[in-house]
Amino acid sequence: MFKLSEIKKSIIVALWFIFLTFPIMVIKVNTIDNEIIWRWHNMFTIGIATFTLSLIWRYFQETEGSGQKIAALFTQNPLTRNIKRILSSSRTTKDGVIRESSPTIQRIFYGLLIVVALVFPFANDYQTTILTTALMYVILGLGLNIAVGLAGLLHLGYVAFYAVGAYTYALLNMYYGVGFWVAVPLGGILATVFGIALGIPVLRLRGDYLAIVTLGFGEITRITLENWDALTNGPSGIAQIPKPGLFGMELTTQQGIMYVYYLAVGLAVLTVFATYRLQNSRIGRALMAMREDEIASQAMGIDITRTKLTAFALSAFFAGVAGVLFAAKTGFINPQSFTFMESAIILSIVVLGGMGSIIGVIIGALILILLPEYLREVGNYRMLLFGASMVIMMIFRPQGIVSNVRKVYKIDKGGQK
Amino acid sequence: MDLEYFLELFLGGLVKGSIYALIALGYTMVYGIIELINFAHGEIYMLGAYTALIVASVLTVLGFPHLSIVVIAGLAAVIYASAYGFTVEKVAYKPLRKAPRLSPLISAIGMSIFLQNYVLLAQTDKFLPFPELIPEFEFWEPYSHIIGSPSLVILISTVVIMLVLTYIIKYTTMGKAMRATAQDRTMAMLVGISVNKVISFTFIMGSSLAAIGGVLVASQMGQINFYIGFMAGIKAFAAAVLGGIGSIPGAVLGGLVLGMTESLATGYISSDYEDVFAFALLVLILIFRPSGLLGRNTTQKV
Repeated sequence: MFKLSEIKKSIIVALWFIFLTFPIMVIKVNTIDNEIIWRWHNMFTIGIATFTLSLIWRYFQETEGSGQKIAALFTQNPLTRNIKRILSSSRTTKDGVIRESSPTIQRIFYGLLIVVALVFPFANDYQTTILTTALMYVILGLGLNIAVGLAGLLHLGYVAFYAVGAYTYALLNMYYGVGFWVAVPLGGILATVFGIALGIPVLRLRGDYLAIVTLGFGEITRITLENWDALTNGPSGIAQIPKPGLFGMELTTQQGIMYVYYLAVGLAVLTVFATYRLQNSRIGRALMAMREDEIASQAMGIDITRTKLTAFALSAFFAGVAGVLFAAKTGFINPQSFTFMESAIILSIVVLGGMGSIIGVIIGALILILLPEYLREVGNYRMLLFGASMVIMMIFRPQGIVSNVRKVYKIDKGGQK
Repeated sequence: MDLEYFLELFLGGLVKGSIYALIALGYTMVYGIIELINFAHGEIYMLGAYTALIVASVLTVLGFPHLSIVVIAGLAAVIYASAYGFTVEKVAYKPLRKAPRLSPLISAIGMSIFLQNYVLLAQTDKFLPFPELIPEFEFWEPYSHIIGSPSLVILISTVVIMLVLTYIIKYTTMGKAMRATAQDRTMAMLVGISVNKVISFTFIMGSSLAAIGGVLVASQMGQINFYIGFMAGIKAFAAAVLGGIGSIPGAVLGGLVLGMTESLATGYISSDYEDVFAFALLVLILIFRPSGLLGRNTTQKV
């Protein structure tokens, strides 16, 4: 199965990694007692693990186009193919003719989805809570998707708008007793204002310059929240943010969790609907044209300034709404919830799911948020695995789980119709 | 205005800035060649500091003399950081050379999370005291109220490193190959430059610089944990962009400007908002010079 030379190469790789991980993995210093703990067993584990991994790696490299093959396992099997067929309203058959997929199947599918979504919270509070979190990230992912996926603006400070939304609700409630339902639109609007405020100075920047400025903006927001003690309570954050009310009814804790879950479902569905409509609208097409080529789109009569600001504003709005929901769900917020890591995770959702693809972003959010939750069993290793899986995913399927397929119109050359 | 206070802040800013510059060089060199923001660069810096800490502790227990500890720990940090930089490139970036632009970025963020947690799990999540590698020199005693010995060592070693780096890039074959690759990768390949080797070399150089920065800062600050690479990385990245990413003198200038601004602003305005000043300056400069202080103004073509 393996040639001798390949085994040799793998041994070299294993030796290299043993060398590489030696100080960190094998030696542990106790600086207080000046003791050294030697953990030789780690060395063997690393050696064996990297040797095996290297062999597997080589095996896949050997077989041509293995990345596609692995990806195909996920995308081309009958199950996903059918899901895809159901989800897309039209499909292209083998001979390139676009057919509408059967509406009955689609209706049944969506019906089932709705039923599952409605029944789900009755199962278990814990599951409901994490699914609510995942749904919030669906909103965030879809919002960021407008800026990154549609408009091609690499945004690394997205969490700032999330923070603006959350703090809008928390502060307005603390000082003026404003309720959840007023805070939702207010949080969204305030985040939009912030989005435009960020958008104006960065209009001229492109690519990586934009990335660092947005990152800086995110950090500025967080640090300001942390240090403006008089207004925001600083690092200790704001506690006892009330749960959203339901026509003045008193809700038990469990009912509260369920209620927030339904709200999250509702807002997520609204977001999906809004972004779906946006994608196919005049603005959406302008955003995509700008992503492809700024100058060419300008020549076609697209106002770049306005389109860019629209992208920032729209994407910020959803983050604001998600922020209000977050504050209402946890009842406690502090600046530590809005670090750069959070922006990175949201960006990963978008890229991992497949930029520009709504269904991809949803799947990305569910995987990235639910996976670490269920990996809690693995304990501390979950963030390690999370980082590693991000790298592996990018290597084998850089276009994301669901690649955004462009609309292709094929002309029927037969001239029969 | 108190002159001595100003001088103190000024020198503090210079020290800080030279460290930023050291790390920023790694960013800018990598960016110049493969147009990638190497998010894992801060982690390499952290790994360098950790290796130095571990090696130094082992040697102290074994009873080595102080000077040899400094040299060996420093060398070990540089070697290991380079090895990590080299491996990270091979594992996480090389397979993605032809992928869409955002993919290597995500891969880099993943690598950064991975390395942080790797150190967290294999070592500890607590702050570890870092041995005083740089002693207080006796002959410097009279001036140490203005600038301490560790800071002095940082300043001198950065200047030396910059000179060496300039020499490597300007006059050696590898340096010429690097510049050629940065200008046009395809063309460099056509004239027989092994681009893969150049990229590996760039990562090794950048990582060594980061490791030196890590060891210097750690011995000045006196403690490290697995998370120190993050902020240092972001600041250095900001410095690289400030100077014009891809430009080597730009990274140095950006680092110095950033360090100086932080130091003066925290000294005269407020110390809580240190990072805010840094980023605000970055935003301000980029508004007026969208490609950084020394960045090339590229004309857009359709």
